[in-house]
Amino acid sequence: MSFETKKNITVYKPAVKTEEMILNMGPQHPSTHGVLRLELQLEGEIITKVIPHIGYLHRCFEKHAEAMTYPQVIPYTDRMDYLASMGNEFGYAVAVEKLLNIQVPERVEYIRVIMAELQRIASHLVALGTYGADIGAMTPFLFCFRDREKILSLFEMTCGARLLYNYIWVGGLSHDLHPDFVRQTRDFVTYFKPKIKELNDLLTYNKIFIDRTSNVGILPLDTAINFGISGPMLRGSGLKWDLRKDDPYSVYHKFDFDIPVGEGKVGTVGDCWDRYYVRVLEMGESLKIIEQALDQLPEGDVSSAIPKRIKPPVGQVYTRVENPRGELGYFIISDGSVNPFRVKVRAPSFVNLGVMDVLCRGHMVADIIAILGSVDIVLGEVDR
Amino acid sequence: MMYDFFVDLLGNEILAAIVTGVPPLVFILVFVLFAVWLERKVSAHMQDRLGPMRTGWHGYLQTIADLIKLIQKEDISASANDKPLFNLAPVLVFAGTYAAFAAIPFSSYYIGSNLDLGIFFIIGISGLVVAGILMAGWSSNNKYSMLGAMRSAAQIISYEIPTIIVVLTVVMITRTLNLHTLSEMQTGYFWNWMIFGGPTAGLEKFLLIPLMFIGFLIIYTSMLAEVNRTPFDIPEAESELVSGYHTEYSGMKFAMFFLAEYANMFAVSAIVSALFLGGYQSPIGYLGNLFDAPWLIPVEQFFWFTAKGTFFVFVQMWLRWTLPRLRVDQLMALCWKYLIPIAFINLIIVGLITVL
Amino acid sequence: MKEYFSNIWVGLSTIAIGMKVTFKHLFVPAVTIQYPNVRVELPERERNRLYVNMDDCIGCDQCSRACPVSCIEIETVKGLPTEDLGKTSNGKKKALWVTKFNIDFAKCCYCQLCVFPCPTECIYMTDVYEFSEFQRNNLIYDFVTLTPEEREQKKLNYQKFEAEKAAKKPVTPAAEIKAEVKVKTETPPTSSDNSQQSNLKEPGENKGS
Repeated sequence: MSFETKKNITVYKPAVKTEEMILNMGPQHPSTHGVLRLELQLEGEIITKVIPHIGYLHRCFEKHAEAMTYPQVIPYTDRMDYLASMGNEFGYAVAVEKLLNIQVPERVEYIRVIMAELQRIASHLVALGTYGADIGAMTPFLFCFRDREKILSLFEMTCGARLLYNYIWVGGLSHDLHPDFVRQTRDFVTYFKPKIKELNDLLTYNKIFIDRTSNVGILPLDTAINFGISGPMLRGSGLKWDLRKDDPYSVYHKFDFDIPVGEGKVGTVGDCWDRYYVRVLEMGESLKIIEQALDQLPEGDVSSAIPKRIKPPVGQVYTRVENPRGELGYFIISDGSVNPFRVKVRAPSFVNLGVMDVLCRGHMVADIIAILGSVDIVLGEVDR
Repeated sequence: MMYDFFVDLLGNEILAAIVTGVPPLVFILVFVLFAVWLERKVSAHMQDRLGPMRTGWHGYLQTIADLIKLIQKEDISASANDKPLFNLAPVLVFAGTYAAFAAIPFSSYYIGSNLDLGIFFIIGISGLVVAGILMAGWSSNNKYSMLGAMRSAAQIISYEIPTIIVVLTVVMITRTLNLHTLSEMQTGYFWNWMIFGGPTAGLEKFLLIPLMFIGFLIIYTSMLAEVNRTPFDIPEAESELVSGYHTEYSGMKFAMFFLAEYANMFAVSAIVSALFLGGYQSPIGYLGNLFDAPWLIPVEQFFWFTAKGTFFVFVQMWLRWTLPRLRVDQLMALCWKYLIPIAFINLIIVGLITVL
Repeated sequence: MKEYFSNIWVGLSTIAIGMKVTFKHLFVPAVTIQYPNVRVELPERERNRLYVNMDDCIGCDQCSRACPVSCIEIETVKGLPTEDLGKTSNGKKKALWVTKFNIDFAKCCYCQLCVFPCPTECIYMTDVYEFSEFQRNNLIYDFVTLTPEEREQKKLNYQKFEAEKAAKKPVTPAAEIKAEVKVKTETPPTSSDNSQQSNLKEPGENKGS
């Protein structure tokens, strides 16, 4: 059931006068993963231009951060990319710790890595599940959410919340691990490995799914680098770039894991299927990291390094972490007081969304859903 | 059959026609009540959840609750709609489906009307559905409903071709279009069913088995496309651009579309089972024969017929909750590049086998 | 040509594998529970609605300052030196009357930042999560256990006390120093005590009558 990619068609202008049609995939749409407005300029069924309109979820995070003290900003960072809150908190905590120039205990580092990797699996499960649901397969969506419930209950046991944690604080953590956490996490790791195989059987290698997503939305590597894409989108286009290996922070250099890269297994390198498959493989790699971290977990006190009052010296810092959606960067300027002077966030979904226009040219309207799902945006992060 | 019986009983042809028309309607209504519940429960259990549980024991009254809700809804109709067409469309869609029930053999004693061109009539009258869908799309006065309706019409019309070719294949073996006779020919045990070669014998039968299997798969796939079920449900897809030809309908008219969809599912499953799997014949012999009670046999046949129909409806639901959706051009490519050539080759080979 | 047949074969086989997975799941028991009849047991660190035990609250305002969304409003009145406000559960003597302690649960983001700074651990998160209201005003919870009259009374008491203290102070600075010296050497605490005690008696009398 293969067919030629539509990029090489020649648009033949008939003698009849035609004009471009503008179609609006409005802010309320079941498949745009939030409130995103896409203005499509169509010529027949083929798309000539896509203009995303954002800002429907803007909540002035950066302005709020200037009025809060450093520990009070953490609940706000949770709410940016609400599907990967641990990653947001991690980035902020690492940034402020760099400003303050403090060292956190090793136990804190290991627990932060475990939480970030569990969060990565949870976030990818949402991405894969909703992608399947957009393409039409409703069942993998529920299977992914069932597995995600197990991760959320692990988080609930540790810090009390399922989605917005306020757990990773500057200098440490809010609570130490629950005594039963290690056992339950090991159970989860054994439980989850066959579930990835089940997801592959049901969705990844399904011929209809492959036909919908391969050779669609091909992102060439040079375009990706020019646009500043990061995360699974960049790895799907063939480049082995992961901040956990190329710019290590925390204790990632102590773990042995692989970086999955899109190879064009079914279709071309950099199409939607490659990005989807990179996410599936990343879940397996995260399981490896969690196992190693649980084995190496040292004892210690998680709140010993938390300063009583956070008043960093005057200065600025930029740190970046590998969020499930890409490279999350925090640029913090401190003027010596208890409130930050400026907190600027480089949100990965915001940058990744910019390449939608290039990806969608020449495709049909039905492919936009597939392409948007593979970019995997979260509007909370795009708009902040 | 039933019709002639009632004509003799009542003496008036029109009255007899009306009375004969009632049992299939009752059957459809009861079946739809059951099928909607079954779909929700099957989809729920496949997804590791429970489905409706609060309305009655395990939710079996859920469909009645939905029906009451739909009846009391406001019947919205936009001012720019084409009113006569708007109101007529759901009726036509349902009528096309209901009319097909006239020629389906429920048991050896009950068949609405024993047409000599049974299967030909069924395929012809289901063409009304296409007209109904186009009317629904047009009169909604909505660009995207029109698009959805046209896609749906194109889909149904294209997929009728492999259906007809496979039907011709079966007819070549049985030499009759009459569904009642066709079912009678498959009497005996399941070995005589069409899918296993029919009431032929010897080398011919063995040669026919793989070809009949292929024919069965082709006709089942085409029938899935006829009823707009996933993986062919572009017209109804919620996550594609808009919701298709029945977006603008609310209340009872929407309920008619819904009813027509499930009735169509059963009609199509019934046709497939009548053609290939022995219709109302039992695979293992009759209890009536065992207990020497010949009046029991038609009842058993009705039970077997419903069981086979429900099984195929269940398979349709199973496919819906497993597979993603095909894109429109892939759908057309599937029909014209894969199903039709294979069905043709099938036809030619079966024809050669029956002739030689 | 070969691709044609391999497409058909791959299509049919992957569909069959998918169908096998879903069929197996038909027999897996459901992972959901039927909510209003059956409830999940929440872990001990669960963060839901806050509760303030006013007997322990010393009115230090730490929780209100820690809150990132400013949903806690606290107003305190200094207790008079002769009043006994009671002790907290870990033995400290309270010095402030808390006349207003409102938490607006529509604003609260359930982040738990108010729980950590409390010196007496009187504010904590409970496991109540079903407290939706029809009116938004009903979500402003008032935790103070004094009646509105009592609160007014405490405020008035303190205002009177302050007024009396200010009245004793003279106006000019030279006279002030003299008066201070005078006050320090001359006045025993008895007379002022008498006047205060008469003040204090009034609320008691009011209550009795």
